[in-house]
Amino acid sequence: MSFDATMPRATAPAILPGSGGMRGALSDLFWRRPKVLLLLTLLPPVLWLGIVYIGSLFALLAQSFFSIDEFSGLINRQFTLRTYGDLLQAANLDIILRTVTMAALVTLASAVVAFPIAYYAARYARGRWKALFYLGVMLPLWSSYLVKIYAWKLILAKEGILTWLLAKLHLLWLLDAWLSLPVVGGNSLSVSFTGTFIVFVYVWLPFMILPVQAALERVPGNLVEASSDLGASPGQTFRNVLFPLALPGIVAGSIFTFSLTLGDYIIPQIIGTSRLFIGQAVYSQQGTAGNVPLAAAFTVVPIVIMGFYLWGAKRMGAFDAL
Amino acid sequence: MTPAVSFQKVSRHFGSIRAVDAVDLDIVPGEFFAMLGPSGSGKTTCLRLIAGFEQPTAGSIAIFGERAEGVPPYRRNVNTVFQDYALFPHLNVLDNVAYGLMVKRVGKAERHKAAEEALSLVRLPGYGARRPGQLSGGQRQRVALARALVNQPKVLLLDEPLGALDLKLRENMQEELKSLQKALGITFVFVTHDQGEALSMADRVAVFNDGRIMQIGTPEDIYQRPSTRFVADFVGSSNVLPPDFVQRHAGQRRWASLRPEAIRVGRAANGEGVAARLVSSNYLGATTRLALDADGLKLHAVVPAGAALPAEGEAVLLTFNREHLHLMDEAV
Repeated sequence: MSFDATMPRATAPAILPGSGGMRGALSDLFWRRPKVLLLLTLLPPVLWLGIVYIGSLFALLAQSFFSIDEFSGLINRQFTLRTYGDLLQAANLDIILRTVTMAALVTLASAVVAFPIAYYAARYARGRWKALFYLGVMLPLWSSYLVKIYAWKLILAKEGILTWLLAKLHLLWLLDAWLSLPVVGGNSLSVSFTGTFIVFVYVWLPFMILPVQAALERVPGNLVEASSDLGASPGQTFRNVLFPLALPGIVAGSIFTFSLTLGDYIIPQIIGTSRLFIGQAVYSQQGTAGNVPLAAAFTVVPIVIMGFYLWGAKRMGAFDAL
Repeated sequence: MTPAVSFQKVSRHFGSIRAVDAVDLDIVPGEFFAMLGPSGSGKTTCLRLIAGFEQPTAGSIAIFGERAEGVPPYRRNVNTVFQDYALFPHLNVLDNVAYGLMVKRVGKAERHKAAEEALSLVRLPGYGARRPGQLSGGQRQRVALARALVNQPKVLLLDEPLGALDLKLRENMQEELKSLQKALGITFVFVTHDQGEALSMADRVAVFNDGRIMQIGTPEDIYQRPSTRFVADFVGSSNVLPPDFVQRHAGQRRWASLRPEAIRVGRAANGEGVAARLVSSNYLGATTRLALDADGLKLHAVVPAGAALPAEGEAVLLTFNREHLHLMDEAV
C-alpha cells in the first residue's frame, strides 16, 4: 500500500479493522493463544518422533529380552536375560571393547585436529575466509559417504598414493615399521585398524569442528585478554579459560563422533581387518545369523555407553558454561 | 622520581590509521591519572599499550623505569579492569578474584583468603560462591576491581569502568574508586569519555584527540585554562570565541574560551556588553542552560535556577569579566 499524502491524518482510525475472513480470524486467535500455534506446529513432528522413531526403538529393545531357539532358529518370545548373558561371551566382549576403544580414540583425535581449525575460524577468519571455512568443512558432507570411503581405500591401498608418496620421500621404512606393529598394523593401511581409524576421523571431523567452533565463537575475546592480564601464560589461558569454555562444544561434537563410530558398520567393513565392530555384529546377527535378540542386545550397548558418557560429562561440569 | 608509566614518542598505527601518534606521557607514581577523549581518540589504545595487549609501532614505553616493549601482558605487573568486566563465566566470584594468584601457583587456602579480603575491600564480602551471571552490573564491576587489586599491581588500568552503570551507581562508584585509590596508593590510570568523571576523580587529566594528547594538566588547568579550541569545547563545553570577537573585547587577536557560567545575562537593551538573542533554555535542575545567538555567534550561558529568565526570542545583553576570558595558545 502506498502512503497517501492526501488522506487527512485525523480521519485515520486508532484501531484498525480486522482483515476479515478465515485467515484474519486465525491470525487473531494465534496471537491471543500462542500455545495453540505451538501445539499445531509441534504435533506432527512429535507424533513422527514418538511413534515411528522412539516406538520402533522400544520394539527393538523389547526384542533384546527375547531369546533364540538354537535348534529351530525361532524366536522364543519370553522374557529372559539370557541374550545379555551371551553378550558377555569372550568373542562378543571383544567386539564391544574394540568398538569402544576405536570410538574413544577417534573422538580424541577428532577433538585434537578440530580444535585449531575451529579456533582459527572463530577467532581470526572473517568474511571471505569464514565462507571458505564453512565450505571446506561442509563440502565433504555433500558427497556420498561410500564414494569417500572407497576413495580412502585407494589412498591407503598398498599400491595407493600414500605408499607412492612415502616411497618418493624415502619414508617407506616408517610405514613398514608401523604396519609391522601388532594390532594397529597389517598387510597395508587399508586392511589395518590404523586405516579404519584414519577414515573414521576423516568422515566425522566436520561433526566435531562445527560445535567446537560455535562454542569458541561465543567466548568473548576479552576473556583471553583478561586471563593474560592477570598473569596467565598462553598455556594457562588455554587450560583455565579456553578449554573449559569450549568444553560444551567438544562434548557436543564428541557425542557425534563417539556415537557415530559406535554404530557404524560400513567403514570397518570396507577399510579394516576382518575382526568385527558392534555395527557389523548387529548387521550380521540380524541378517545372516537371524539372531535378532542378540542384534538388539548389541544395539543397547552403544545407548548405555552414551548414557554413561553424558552422565560423566555432566558430572565433570562440561555443561556448566552453557 | 621514576615515572610509573613513561611514553616516549609512542605511536601505534593500524595500517594507515594512526590510533596513537607520537605521544609523550609521564604518569607519576601514586597518582590518579585520567585519559579523556572522544571515542577513537586513542585513549583506549594507550591503555592497551600499557597493559601489553598492543605493541607500539614506534617509540618506547617504560613501566617504573623498565622497558616494556615486547613484554607480554602476563609478565607485566599491571592489571586491567575491563569495560565490560570480562569476568570468567565458568568460575564463581571467589575463583574469578583468585585467578591471578592461581596462575601464579599460590596455594588454594592462601589465595582464597586473599580473594575474600579483596572482596571485602570492594564491599562484597560473602559473595564468593555466586556466579558472575547472578550479579548486577555494579556488583560485577566491583568483582572486576577486586580481581585486579588482589594481585597488588604497580599500576591499575581502568577502561571506562563506569560506562555501563546508571547515574546514581556511577556517582557512588566515583567516590569509592577515589577513596580506594587514596587508601591503597596504587597508580590508577583511568580511561573515560566523560569529562565530568575525569575532572571529579583525577589528579591529572590528559585530553586526547586524533591519537595525540592535546593537553595534560590538573582538572582545574584543563577546565579553566584550556590550551586549544578542542579542549575548551570538549571539556565542559566552554564557549569558544573566534579571534575577531576576542580582539574587540580583549584587544588581542587570539582564540579564547569563556565558561558558560561566567556569562551574565541581562535584560537591558542598551549598555556595555554583547547584544544577543535568547534562542532556547534548558532546565537542568540546579541551573538553567541558555542557548544564545550573538549576531551569528552561538553562545551558551548557565544561570542559577530561580533567576528570572527572559522569554525565548527576546533580546538580551551579555556581560562577563575580562579575567574570565581565557586566551588560548592555539595559533590563529
